[in-house]
Amino acid sequence: MQKKPLTGAGASAEAMRQVNPDVVAAYPITPQTPIMEAFAQFVNDGKVSTELIRVESEHSAMSAVIGASSAGARAMTATSSVGLALMFEVVNAASGMRLPIVMPVVNRALSSPINIHCDHSDTMACRDAGWIQLYSENAQEAYDNMFLAQRLSEHPEILLPTMVMQDGFITSHSVEPVEVLDDETAKKFIGEYNPEHSLILSKKPVTFGALQLFDYYFETKRQQELAMDNVWRFYYSIAEELSQLTGRQYPMVEPYYTEDAKVILVALNSAASTIKAVVNKLRKQGKKAGLLKIRLFRPFPYSEVNQHLKGARHIGVFDRSYSFGANSPVLSEIKNALFEAESPPKVQGYIFGLGGRDLLESDIENVFEELFEGKSTQDKKYIGLRG
Amino acid sequence: MMNLFDFAKKPHRLLPGHRSCAGCPAPIVARAILASTDDEIVVSNATGCLEVVTTIYPESSWNIPFIHNTFENAAATISGVETAYRSLKKKGAIGQNRKIRFVAFGGDGGTYDIGLQSLSAALERGHAFTYVCYDNEGYMNTGGQRSSATPIGANTTTDPVGKVRVGKQESRKDLMKIVAAHHIPYAAQASLSNWPDLLRKAQKALSTEGPSFLLILSPCVAVWKIKPDMAIEISKLAVDTGFWPLYEIEEGKFRLNFDPANNKLPIAEFLKHQGRYKHLLEPKNKKLLDRLQQEIDQELEKIKKLSELGVPVF
Repeated sequence: MQKKPLTGAGASAEAMRQVNPDVVAAYPITPQTPIMEAFAQFVNDGKVSTELIRVESEHSAMSAVIGASSAGARAMTATSSVGLALMFEVVNAASGMRLPIVMPVVNRALSSPINIHCDHSDTMACRDAGWIQLYSENAQEAYDNMFLAQRLSEHPEILLPTMVMQDGFITSHSVEPVEVLDDETAKKFIGEYNPEHSLILSKKPVTFGALQLFDYYFETKRQQELAMDNVWRFYYSIAEELSQLTGRQYPMVEPYYTEDAKVILVALNSAASTIKAVVNKLRKQGKKAGLLKIRLFRPFPYSEVNQHLKGARHIGVFDRSYSFGANSPVLSEIKNALFEAESPPKVQGYIFGLGGRDLLESDIENVFEELFEGKSTQDKKYIGLRG
Repeated sequence: MMNLFDFAKKPHRLLPGHRSCAGCPAPIVARAILASTDDEIVVSNATGCLEVVTTIYPESSWNIPFIHNTFENAAATISGVETAYRSLKKKGAIGQNRKIRFVAFGGDGGTYDIGLQSLSAALERGHAFTYVCYDNEGYMNTGGQRSSATPIGANTTTDPVGKVRVGKQESRKDLMKIVAAHHIPYAAQASLSNWPDLLRKAQKALSTEGPSFLLILSPCVAVWKIKPDMAIEISKLAVDTGFWPLYEIEEGKFRLNFDPANNKLPIAEFLKHQGRYKHLLEPKNKKLLDRLQQEIDQELEKIKKLSELGVPVF
């Protein structure tokens, strides 16, 4: 294991180099582009044996990767924002065909207005597309989660595609020290991919993507959910195996000073780092502040979330996306998780950071302060919004 | 060269028992293409009639590996399969002697319209595959809507014959030339009414090292409103009227394979069997009919002249 200075995008590309997929499809979109640029350099320098398809759109990127994966290849692509929105149709086809495709997604706002900066409206719009979703706090997690993703996706009792998220620019373009596995160790952890059904490797001809009507479609969808349930069964054994190699832990949700906390904030991706800094500061002042970071958003770990949050008085949920006219995505899940708690904490939703707006430590301090004072409401609140 | 007797003895790669309409030529197109090589074939199929009638779960008519992804991406999908094949071969996961051909099928909706971008890019990237468009001149799987392959004057449900507008007013998109402009090694237009020509073209396309393209007329019994035993006969009339010239573009060179010359029939002979053109033969629509006739004549002349050149024009 060695430490390398890598951006989040560079960390994703480094993981892809070590996975050495058989086929990758590449299409540029800010802020995902540096992943594919770095990977294309690996291809053209002969550092991977991957065949790279330089496609003309994200829709074709996912379509080609579906073709490659159904042929029996290990296949990947990466995207952001409207690129993910364009491929939405085939994102669903990938999970419906149970293809273990792994895709880094660098979170970016959706149009319109066009905006290249970070928020989570892209991947939240895909939360019901049948993909496993892993969110990454920093470049290190963007790297580590790729390995979890590969093993989860390809587990024969799961066989679902996985998106590995990181925050656009904040993580994707910031250089951090990243501990990287030795190539051999990484290769061993990933192992060989031997698909049970393949267009090319199966002895008998296989039909992928058949038509199912009211007589079979429902059961197929139910099987996808059973596969999601199997993530619970196998997640921790895979995470433990990775921990043995890296010394880092990979809980589905990461508790940070939650045990005795009176106020706990909930966040995904890079906001968790900023909140941790504030928690440290408040703890020094003797305030019982905590954070629950969500790594695994699909399937959603309701009972773990409940366990960590139920003892607090106030929960502040940070959403970097909207569900217009409804509870925002993370808030909605947290409320679901706490619904059956005996005396559930009060839950306050906060929308922040849309279109890349900064989240400052002082913003978080203000949130903690108002929640310590018990100022919880039924309405959404906004951080850093004018007017 | 395979003759019809050889063809008849080939094993079925598309099995009987599928649910296509009586008299539908789309499965005949597929069978002809799949029988034109003994190499293994993997098929990708755009959403459409052929896909729907052959893969109703839990059954499949495909006796060879098959993938349907979505409507607009048959070319992108097969490009992924073909790339996986090269990658798996490179790392030794499949034998070096194993030769697989890749075929994508799409109707005109999935090819001329929604799938054109995906097709264009796969051709430009140079994947080794044959794209076969069975052209029934509209969205027949959804009940007969207009596509960019629908000819002038045709009655479709999204451009019907009305009091102030009489069906489609725009010319067909010229897909053959669009495809040829990608500088692919081989593109051909063929008809089920001329088997030697069709099988020769299919064999040529499937032995091409690189992208190849086949455009085959597929008269739709239901929406063209023709008798179920007439699809092949109407295909012949399409050729004999010059509506569907048999030609190929090889390494950029045009070759007209059949010239109706002095035996060329007026377009009305092709139209009169089809309910979708019933109105077009009425005297009040003569202007539109004349325009269709003129465009067909000009197009055939153009292909003839390009063929006489004998030099690559793409």
